[in-house]
Amino acid sequence: MAAAAAARRLSAASLPLRHHHLLLRPFASSASGQPPIAVETSVPFTGHKIEPPSRLVDTTPSELLSFFRDMSMMRRMEIAADSLYKSKLIRGFCHLYDGQEAVAIGLEAAITKKDAIITAYRDHCIFLARGGSLVESYAELMGRRSGCSKGKGGSMHFYKKDSGFFGGHGIVGAQVPLGCGLAFAQKYTKEGTVSFALYGDGAANQGQLFEALNISALWDLPVILVCENNHYGMGTAEWRAAKSPAYYKRGDYVPGLKVDGMDVLAVKQACKFAKEYALQNGPIILEMDTYRYHGHSMSDPGSTYRTRDEITGVRQERDPIERIRKLILSNEVATASELKDIEKEVRKEVDDAIAQAKESPMPDPSELFTNVYAKGLGAEVFGADRKEVKAVLP
Amino acid sequence: MATAMALRVIRRKASIAARGFSSSCEAEKAAKPINLFSAINQALHIALDTDPRAYVFGEDVRFGGVFRCTTGLADRFGRSRVFNTPLCEQGIAGFAIGLAAMGNRAIAEIQFADYIYPAFDQLVNEAAKFRYRSGNEFNCGGLTIRTPYGAVGHGGHYHSQSPESFFCHVPGLKVVIPRSPQQAKGLLLSCIRDPNPSIFFEPKWLYRLAVEEVPEHDYMLPLSEAEVIRQGSDITLVGWGAQLSVLEQACVEAAKEGISCELIDLRTLIPWDKETVEASVRKTGKLLVSHEAPVTGGFGAEISASIAESCFLRLEAPIARICGLDTPFPLVYEQFYMPTKNKILDAIKATVNY
Repeated sequence: MAAAAAARRLSAASLPLRHHHLLLRPFASSASGQPPIAVETSVPFTGHKIEPPSRLVDTTPSELLSFFRDMSMMRRMEIAADSLYKSKLIRGFCHLYDGQEAVAIGLEAAITKKDAIITAYRDHCIFLARGGSLVESYAELMGRRSGCSKGKGGSMHFYKKDSGFFGGHGIVGAQVPLGCGLAFAQKYTKEGTVSFALYGDGAANQGQLFEALNISALWDLPVILVCENNHYGMGTAEWRAAKSPAYYKRGDYVPGLKVDGMDVLAVKQACKFAKEYALQNGPIILEMDTYRYHGHSMSDPGSTYRTRDEITGVRQERDPIERIRKLILSNEVATASELKDIEKEVRKEVDDAIAQAKESPMPDPSELFTNVYAKGLGAEVFGADRKEVKAVLP
Repeated sequence: MATAMALRVIRRKASIAARGFSSSCEAEKAAKPINLFSAINQALHIALDTDPRAYVFGEDVRFGGVFRCTTGLADRFGRSRVFNTPLCEQGIAGFAIGLAAMGNRAIAEIQFADYIYPAFDQLVNEAAKFRYRSGNEFNCGGLTIRTPYGAVGHGGHYHSQSPESFFCHVPGLKVVIPRSPQQAKGLLLSCIRDPNPSIFFEPKWLYRLAVEEVPEHDYMLPLSEAEVIRQGSDITLVGWGAQLSVLEQACVEAAKEGISCELIDLRTLIPWDKETVEASVRKTGKLLVSHEAPVTGGFGAEISASIAESCFLRLEAPIARICGLDTPFPLVYEQFYMPTKNKILDAIKATVNY
C-alpha cells in the first residue's frame, strides 16, 4: 500500500501544468476528478475456451502519465544497468527487461499489492512495478548491502515481501509450480487475492509447467499463468522450440487469452479480467505477445538469431512507451516537451540512484554464512589465510 | 575490492592454465595449441565423423552453444544429427536415454551443470539402472551428457555449481572431469565410446583460459585411471578439473618452503582409481583432497573415508579436505567460498607439520 502511494506520488509529482488545468475542469466526472478516457486496444484479444473481454479500456489522464513515467523509468534503469555491467560494476548474470515494460506496468495497474507475483530471472522491472526503489535495485545488482536481498541475490534474485513479490527465480520454469502453491494458500485466506506466475516462451516447454497446470485446474486455484512471449528462448526462436507457439492454448482444458503485451492498456484489461475469472473459476493462461530489445543476457548480443530490421521494426511499430506517448499527445493530456521533461527527470533519478547505490558498502563478510539455515551450522569457517575471516557460526 | 581480487584470481589461473600441464602428449604427432572449448569441439567433430550413429543435441547447440563447443558441427554433419532441443532438461535426458537404448551414441548437452537437476531423475532412475534392471537386455551405454560446471569468478548461484558428487552416489553412471584441453579431447572421446552412460563435466573457467598443444588426430585417454602429474614425497594432493591448476600453484609455493607434493588428477570420479591414490599415500603418509563443491558430502569425503580404511596404519596426519564452504555458491565473496591456493597451502603445511 505504502509502495502504491509512493508510486502515485512519483507520478503526481511529474504532472505537468496542463494536467492541473484538467483537474479544475468543472465537467470532470470520474472519482478522481478527471475525465475518463476510453481507448481501444491495438489488436483484439484472442480467447481459448473463453469469451475475451472488451477491447475498450478505461483510463485517465493521470494513469496515462504514470504509465509513461514508470515505463520510461524502467527503460532507463535497464539501459543504465547495461553500462554498469559493461564497466564490471555488476557481476554475475544480468537479464534486461527493456521492451517488455508494458507487461509489468499493465499487470500492476490491474491488481493490488495483496495479490502475489512470482517470476523468473528477468525480474528488475517487476520489482520496480511492485514499489521497489531504484537504489535497492542498483545496490542489489552491484551486490551491495542496501540491495533488496542484502546484496546476496544479485540480478536474478529480487524480492519484495511487503508487496507480494515472491521474486526472481534462476531455474527456467521452476517458479510456476511455486505460483500454484501461493494460490492455494490464498484460497484458504478467502481475501479475494490471486497469484500471477510469470514465465517465458522458453519455459513454456518445461514439463513442470504442465504439472502446474494440472494441479491448479484440479484444485481450482486462483492462479494466472502469464507467458511473457518475447519470441526467443535465449537464442532459439519460439517456432524452433515449440510445436505449438500458441502458448495461450497450451493449457488444453485451462482457458487462455492472447494479449498484445506491448500495449499496456490491453495488459491491464486482460489482467483485471483474468483476476476476476481466476477467483471464480480457477486457473487461466495469459499469453503476452511482447519483445525484448536486449539479448537474453549480457553475454548475448541478441543479434545473431534475429535481424536488426526485426528489432528496429518492433521499436518503430510497437514500442510500449511510444504508444503511450502518442496516446497522451492525441488526447492532449500533456505536450511533447512536458513528456521530454519527464524523461529528463527520470534520467536524473536513475543517475542519482546509481550514485547512491555505489556508496553502499559490500555486505559484511560474515553474510556469506548467514541465511543458509534459520540458524547457522555450528561449524568453524576460515578464509584464505585462516586469519582473514574466521567465524564460529551460531 | 572483490572485483580486484577476482581479477587477480583469474590472472593467476591464466598464468598456470596457459602453460598446460598434460604430460602424456604424443609429441611426434601433429599438435596445435588450442583452448579447451576448441578441444571439445574437435572431439565432437571426430565423434560424429567416426560414427554415423552419433548425435549431438541440446539447447542452442546448433548455433554453437553458449560456450562455442558445438560450432560448425551442424554445418558439417547436418541438422538431423546436430540439433537444438527445446528448453527442457528432463526431456533432453530422457530422449537421449531412449536414443542410446536403440544403439546410438547420444551426446547431449545440458547448458550449465546448475540446470542438470530437472534431468536428475532421468539420469539416476532411468540411465543408471537400465542395464541392471533389465538383466542386461537393454542399456543406454551410448549416452554421454556434457555439461559445464564450476566457478567463473562472477557466475553467482546458478552458473557456478559443481554437482558431481550427486552423480557419484549412483552406481551405473560414470563421472569424468578433465583438467586441460588435451585431457578434455581424449577423455570426452572415451566417454562417448564407452559402453556405459557417462556424465562429462567441463570446467567452464578453463574453456578459454586453458591453452595447450592438442594432437589433431583421434585419440582416447583411459577412464578410471588417475594420473600422477607431479611426483613428490611429503604429501599427496588429489583433485580434478579446474581445481588442478589451483593445486598445482599450491605445489609450487610449497616447494619454495621445502615441501615436496605429489599431485594426482583423479580424472574419473566413478569408478575411481583407488589404487593410484593408495599407492601415493603409502609413499607420502599424508593426503589432501580439494574440490569446489561444498565440503560436506562432497566426493572428497568418499576419498578420505576409503583412504582412511585402506591406509590407516600408514597415515601420519588427519586427511585434509580443502573444498567449497557449506553455503550456497555465493554471488559476493566468491573468493572466500573457493578452495583457494592459500587455503590449500595452509593445509599442506598444517598436515606436513602435524
